[in-house]
Amino acid sequence: MQVIRSPEVYDVCIVGSGAGGGMAAHELTAAGANVVLLEAGPMWDTRQDGFMFKWPYDSPRRGASTPEQQFGEFDAGLGGWTLAGEPYTVADDQNFDWFRTRMLGGRTNHWGRISLRYGPDDFRRHSIDGLGDDWPISYDDIAPYYDRIDRLIGIFGSREGLPNDPDGIFMPAPEPRCWEHLIKRGADQMGITCIPSRLSILTRPLNGRSACHYCGQCNRGCGTRSNFSSPTVLLPPALETGRLEIIANAMAREVTIDNRGLASGVSYVNKDDGREYQVRARVVVLAASACETARLLLNSKSTLFPDGLANSSGVVGRYLTDNTGSDVMGVVPQLMDNVPHNEDGAGGAHLFMPWWLSHGDLDFPRGYHIEIWGGRGMPAYGFMGDIGQFPSGGGYGQQLKDDYRRYYGSIVGFSGRGEMIPNKDSYCEIDSDTVDRWGIPVLRFHFKWGDEEILQVKHMQQTFRELIEEIGGTPIGTMPSKEDGYGILPGGRIIHELGVTRMGDDPRSSVLNADCQAHDVRNLFVADGGPFVTNGDKNPTWTILALSMRTSEYIVQQRNQGAI
Amino acid sequence: MGMNRREAIKLVATASVALWTPAEAASARAKAAAVLSQSAAGVPFQPEFFSAHEYDTVRLLVDLVIPADDRSGSATEVGVPEFMDFMMIDRPSMQEWMSGGLAWLDIESHRRFDVRFLDATDGQRVEILEAIAWPERAEEDMSHGVAFFDRFRDLTASGFWSTEMGINDLQYQGNTLIREWVGCPEEALRHVGVMDVGD
Repeated sequence: MQVIRSPEVYDVCIVGSGAGGGMAAHELTAAGANVVLLEAGPMWDTRQDGFMFKWPYDSPRRGASTPEQQFGEFDAGLGGWTLAGEPYTVADDQNFDWFRTRMLGGRTNHWGRISLRYGPDDFRRHSIDGLGDDWPISYDDIAPYYDRIDRLIGIFGSREGLPNDPDGIFMPAPEPRCWEHLIKRGADQMGITCIPSRLSILTRPLNGRSACHYCGQCNRGCGTRSNFSSPTVLLPPALETGRLEIIANAMAREVTIDNRGLASGVSYVNKDDGREYQVRARVVVLAASACETARLLLNSKSTLFPDGLANSSGVVGRYLTDNTGSDVMGVVPQLMDNVPHNEDGAGGAHLFMPWWLSHGDLDFPRGYHIEIWGGRGMPAYGFMGDIGQFPSGGGYGQQLKDDYRRYYGSIVGFSGRGEMIPNKDSYCEIDSDTVDRWGIPVLRFHFKWGDEEILQVKHMQQTFRELIEEIGGTPIGTMPSKEDGYGILPGGRIIHELGVTRMGDDPRSSVLNADCQAHDVRNLFVADGGPFVTNGDKNPTWTILALSMRTSEYIVQQRNQGAI
Repeated sequence: MGMNRREAIKLVATASVALWTPAEAASARAKAAAVLSQSAAGVPFQPEFFSAHEYDTVRLLVDLVIPADDRSGSATEVGVPEFMDFMMIDRPSMQEWMSGGLAWLDIESHRRFDVRFLDATDGQRVEILEAIAWPERAEEDMSHGVAFFDRFRDLTASGFWSTEMGINDLQYQGNTLIREWVGCPEEALRHVGVMDVGD
């Protein structure tokens, strides 16, 4: 098989153009590095390729999902739980759902923009409750990078002074919607902290990007660049330096090493012509998304690294975590027959509920935050599904038609996103039988929720049902039983996979050091969600960005010192 | 950490996502393109999935689910049967429950009245609908009809409320540019009963 080697030796090869990869490209090109960035998916431009202002009736399927866009045909996400030619396997009698967004910018194109900093406690959980491990860094180590990211990318929120939900450098948050006001009052009455959301959506212009126009369609790709995605914010300035080359449709196969055991580049399949290529680089940064990076390392075997590159610890693929997730929705009579108005707003809720309790009285150790949804959204495929479960009981004809009208705008929902304790039964490894369409061995997942997570989700369900009743509503559906895990969603369903290339001070129990540098290979770094030691009760993206910025700064410093 | 080769290999599909085979995906894509070009050319509709009898039954049933009234038209007026035929090709996993459910309806109608659902009287059809449209109070032996009607009703709603007529009926006012977001209008705050909102 012929491998086409590029003559050029780049300063850095980055695999993946999402949050971590995009940030690394942004920082490293700014510092003068020549960077080649490999992206497994196609090029994608939000202004040309996005779906802003589409009506559901513009398509015969009214916005429903397709095999190629499994979050909806108008969602700016090319990919899904299943990808043609790219299987993965799961251990018998277990569940893990793995979402892959294959396009320039990856998941940052269609994510929820929930941009929460990890708090001081999140880095030292083991010291607090004896479970899991502490990070080798503290909040103070990462705070300056959170600040720089807030200023670079733009985020709205409110200064609240909460001990473990640090304030950022915020633009003003938009006023709550009608149903959000009602939920806030209920939360206040129950003593649940309810504050403005912290979303990476501009409410003021920034660096040539317009402020939000409140169409609520962030997930479709914003034509005015008012929200954060890697191709909107990070890649254009990097490209403008003239030092970034993006190779799209490039499926990385393995990281190559030289006879000193240092990374020498990446070999990949060009999906357009089906041939093998190799790029050479002095430094390699892997940001292919946590599990894809683990897969790449495990598949990069050699006599020096028989268990996979940078895996002398045996820890690559281990400590796989996802956030816990569970939902309850309800019908709220006070919201019925409201004055019609445009309730779109920014592309996400304007309020949320950070973790508000201390664990002294609780039977589970880690917390969760609450996301809310509801209101007068744009009707589309799936409109008010399962109306047979609503208080009116179903029906047909004029009565049913009037029910749809009455209920429209009166439904609210709550989704919990909680922290998981890493466990030895949750990990990914290379499947010994199965390869993908390019002959690259695939991942095999093992995943189990612990009792800690099940009890946490029980608390979510109880809290959400109580909240709905507090605002005069009726929950739809009964509380799931213990046998059903109280409604806990399968692992992977929240799409926050973290931990599979964890950082630590001890090379025997971690893959990376505190600078996200591989213990075994000093010119190899990871910049996606893999390095996380805990998965927090907060969404990971802002921390992925901060860590990538910090890692990039370290790379520059090390290069300048001649250390790598 | 050796792997047990006897462990079953399982491709994962979530309950909420239909798994398309490559052939189904290709067929769905072709159908979508054809529908758009046909409607542009003004070609009269021929169902591609439903048999003639199934399609007649669907046309009748969707209007029993969502009829016309003084505020908006009926399901057939906005093309819900055409939408359903399209969805059967677009999502082949729906074909079984739809065809099976329509057959069940005819069998039930025969059982009660010795006629197909299409040929029954209005009163006879109402009797059947009353037995399957209310999940909480349905008799146990109607469970298959209840399951079918739940899905059929949901699909009718998807097809109706996502049209221009349906959207206007609901008075949805979004999908546009707003220069300044003002939140919940005062009149709406009063209606919802949160006028004491200070900040």
